[in-house]
Amino acid sequence: MEGFAHQLVAGIATGGIYASVALALVMIYQATHHVNFAQGEMATFSTYLAWAAVQGGAPWWAALLGTVFASFAVGVAIERVLLRPMRSAPVLAVVCAFIGLMLIFNSITGAIFGYAVRPFPSPFETSAPLLGGLVSGHALGSTAVTLAVLALVWAFFRHTGLGLAMRAAAYNPVSARLVGIRVGWMLALGWGLAAAIGAVAGVMVAPVVFLEPNMMLGVLLYAFAGALLGGIDNPAGAVAGGFLVGVVENLAGAYLVGAELKLTLALAIIVGVLLLRPSGLFGRAVESRV
Amino acid sequence: MATLLEARALTAGYGGPPVLHGVALAVEEGGVTALLGANGAGKTTILRALCGMIAASGEVRFAGERIDGLPTEAIARRGIAHVPDGRGTFAELTVEENLRLGAITRRDRAAVAADLEGALTLFPRLRERWRQQAGTLSGGEQQMLAIARALLLRPRLLLLDEPSFGLAPLAVREVFGALARLRAEAGVAMLLVEQNAALALDLADRACLLETGRVVLQGEAAALRRDAAVRRAYLGR
Repeated sequence: MEGFAHQLVAGIATGGIYASVALALVMIYQATHHVNFAQGEMATFSTYLAWAAVQGGAPWWAALLGTVFASFAVGVAIERVLLRPMRSAPVLAVVCAFIGLMLIFNSITGAIFGYAVRPFPSPFETSAPLLGGLVSGHALGSTAVTLAVLALVWAFFRHTGLGLAMRAAAYNPVSARLVGIRVGWMLALGWGLAAAIGAVAGVMVAPVVFLEPNMMLGVLLYAFAGALLGGIDNPAGAVAGGFLVGVVENLAGAYLVGAELKLTLALAIIVGVLLLRPSGLFGRAVESRV
Repeated sequence: MATLLEARALTAGYGGPPVLHGVALAVEEGGVTALLGANGAGKTTILRALCGMIAASGEVRFAGERIDGLPTEAIARRGIAHVPDGRGTFAELTVEENLRLGAITRRDRAAVAADLEGALTLFPRLRERWRQQAGTLSGGEQQMLAIARALLLRPRLLLLDEPSFGLAPLAVREVFGALARLRAEAGVAMLLVEQNAALALDLADRACLLETGRVVLQGEAAALRRDAAVRRAYLGR
């Protein structure tokens, strides 16, 4: 029983990471109807930036903050430079661009920082388990950070004029232009925010999975499964889906399929959702007239 | 009266052969110009071309300055509010959020609050629907929301694309009553596209008659109302 509770809590902690990356995916999907396959590698690159800053002697939290801002700028730049000219390109071209972006980030990370697996320091006490041995300090701390990030993002979209303008631009770009919103810049801001959220997720997961250029590959798959499960056009649903996938993954890994087959589970969820309920648990089915 | 909007040699289309062929038209400061014509004559296309929503050539001056070639959002920021074909409300957002979006580019908070009050006085029904999703409103309420949102831009010129389309007769009366008040009390200039020619000519002081992308007749609204051809084709008398 204690083992079950332990797995559950650990699942919530990793679920928070998946939820953050799922939210980043959904933000870009809602605005552009494309899934950014490079989201994970962008986050990995950001995590290496944080690592380099810490190695260079920066305080841990300052390194995180700096990385978040740098990632935001990189996200905005990618939209402006790469995606803006492709705005009316066919879907397949955009998919190719995303895959190219993923490979570029992966290679740049490897070229600059090498392919060795490195430990990543955690700012939270990791040696002494908390809550009666149930949870590690890092799991608790990273869950708190991801929840804080999710709450901040929610408050931004719900309660600020800029957040409202970004939602309007995503829902109805034509009308958004008619009220004077610079839709192109809203898209770029969305990319920046998604990259910043991904950076936090990467830094939070790195102490667990260790730092290496492919560290986010699994995370991205789980996050994608979570986003689909919750509804790819529904941010709150995607967050819930991310947590759910984290818990299911941990429990199934411990009791059903074993650690080696866990990633298969993510793929099974993706296929299952697409077959049975393409709009996800909380998404709305879109009817279109022809 | 001074000319607020003037278009010359406006040619535009959707990628294929042009829909508009050298259209010229004008809206006076505080005046209402009606665009009449059959389906497919190019009325909606004119509004889209004026707002930079489609590629167009020709010259468009607004308050003396060239606005052709500017992006849509820049034209909106200069004070042209377009209530588009199909109303263009944000269906997923609430009435309140739709109205806040109308004033999203403005920084003068006190004036925005006053304009919001004014819009809600013009369309009291919107106050009752405040927290409702725009997509769940009736057709008439959506049209009122679309016009109210446009007014929150504090426009100098309102472009209205078939405000009576798909509305119940009572809702049409309410909407056109509000437009008449706006014109009389706030002096907002309008360029009005309308199928119902009698309704449009009642509100307008000038009118243009379009046929297959060309202006075939234009002048005082009263004169067009007396014109035999217009009466036969568009007024049914």
